[in-house]
Amino acid sequence: MVTTAEDRSASTAPSQEWRPRVVAFLCNWCSYTGADLAGISRMEWDPSVSIVRVMCTGRMDPTFVAKALELGADGVIVSGCHPGDCHYQEGNYKALRRVHLMRRLLDDFGIDPRRLRLVWISASEGDRWAETANEMVREIRSLGPIGGDA
Amino acid sequence: MTTRLRTKPKLALYWAASCGGCEIAVLDIEEKILDVDAAFDIVFWPVALDFKVKDVEAMEDGEIDICLFNGAVRNSDNEEMAVLLRRKAKVLVAFGSCAYEGCIPALSNTTTRTATLDWVYRDSPSTINPEDVRPQERTETPLGTLRLPAFWEKVRSLDQVVDVDYYVPGCPPQAHQIWAVLETVIDILEHGKPLPPKGSVLGAGDRTCCDECARTREEKRITKFVRPHEIIPDPDKCLLDQGILCMGPATRSGCGALCVSVGMPCRGCYGPPPNSKDQGTKMVAALASVIDSKEPEEIDRILDGIVDPIGTFYRFSMATATLAGAAARRTTVDAETGDERLTP
Repeated sequence: MVTTAEDRSASTAPSQEWRPRVVAFLCNWCSYTGADLAGISRMEWDPSVSIVRVMCTGRMDPTFVAKALELGADGVIVSGCHPGDCHYQEGNYKALRRVHLMRRLLDDFGIDPRRLRLVWISASEGDRWAETANEMVREIRSLGPIGGDA
Repeated sequence: MTTRLRTKPKLALYWAASCGGCEIAVLDIEEKILDVDAAFDIVFWPVALDFKVKDVEAMEDGEIDICLFNGAVRNSDNEEMAVLLRRKAKVLVAFGSCAYEGCIPALSNTTTRTATLDWVYRDSPSTINPEDVRPQERTETPLGTLRLPAFWEKVRSLDQVVDVDYYVPGCPPQAHQIWAVLETVIDILEHGKPLPPKGSVLGAGDRTCCDECARTREEKRITKFVRPHEIIPDPDKCLLDQGILCMGPATRSGCGALCVSVGMPCRGCYGPPPNSKDQGTKMVAALASVIDSKEPEEIDRILDGIVDPIGTFYRFSMATATLAGAAARRTTVDAETGDERLTP
């Protein structure tokens, strides 16, 4: 299914069997490879997490987070290389600052800032990816659908 | 009639939830208002002329050639007028920031209808209302029923209510830009110039406010945000470089960088730049990039200097904020009162 930016018809009504939806933006060089490793190693992680690959977390426009939440996600993970390891030197620091500011903005809008999580996962940390995904889904499950905040 | 009289194109101007600044801005084109009168037949303009709503109702659909609609949609009256003028006008223009993206009235979308009414009719220091009298949509009197518009839960931009053809940003739109828009319209109507694509933003630039700003920019490294009254800013250097929160990087050009030229930071009234629909997240991106720290604690300390993120980043565009759409995925019945007076 292709959801365009113009398509604002988010599936809104939390039905009886609400299932959390988490969108994860993973950087190409570390975290995506890490998630790939989790797959290759046949680790299990929650299928409620959908991955979007970006070249670098520094490419993460905060608009992506807002858009994901608007179109039906209940939580967003941003994951990049560990500090000092960014393929583009500074991209992950940029993401760090953006996420910090974005969390404040989410709070202002009455959206629980825990719905946006920033983590560092290297290409060798498949287990860490599986843990992160599961943990995030657990957290979102306890927070409930986004409509319940504030 | 055998000979058709050449009639002037019909122009309507209306204000909904607005402060009246856009109306003044139209008159700021000064003596050119006479050219407007020469080129158009003004058929409706409540602030200046004595036509009534029933005159508009009596018109054929599409009889008005162009309607400049300023003000956001706050209540049922605003909404009825938006629907009526949409039907009567061939071209409907969301004129000014309120109609375009909500502007100052839409800041009340951060709170509820109940809280707004409580503040205005009960809690504000200047209110004396011991009997807690509230506006009623219907009041029976011996002379008949009196009606007031219904006050909606949320403030909406014009295009969230009716189909809009063009947008003119600004709080208010600058006079030279208003004149440029009217000239374009005259060119189209008189000389058969093609219409701009539907949905275009008229009377503005296609870059950011920074491109019009004369101040010198350097590599930005912000270690502390300051508010305009806390320092005397260098008159030649970029305000953001000096730590003053200036919305320039996330604001469309067109005003001529007026505020920054007199030492005040850009507040963002020309809306998001081209290719962006969300001014606030655009500003988060721009601002967070230039904070000079890699340590979470220090970043938080610097960010504490931004006193009111939502009110600063969305001062003019709250009605159209993407995150407001996300937050609205909640049920909109007021939890405390069970009040279901919702925006339809």
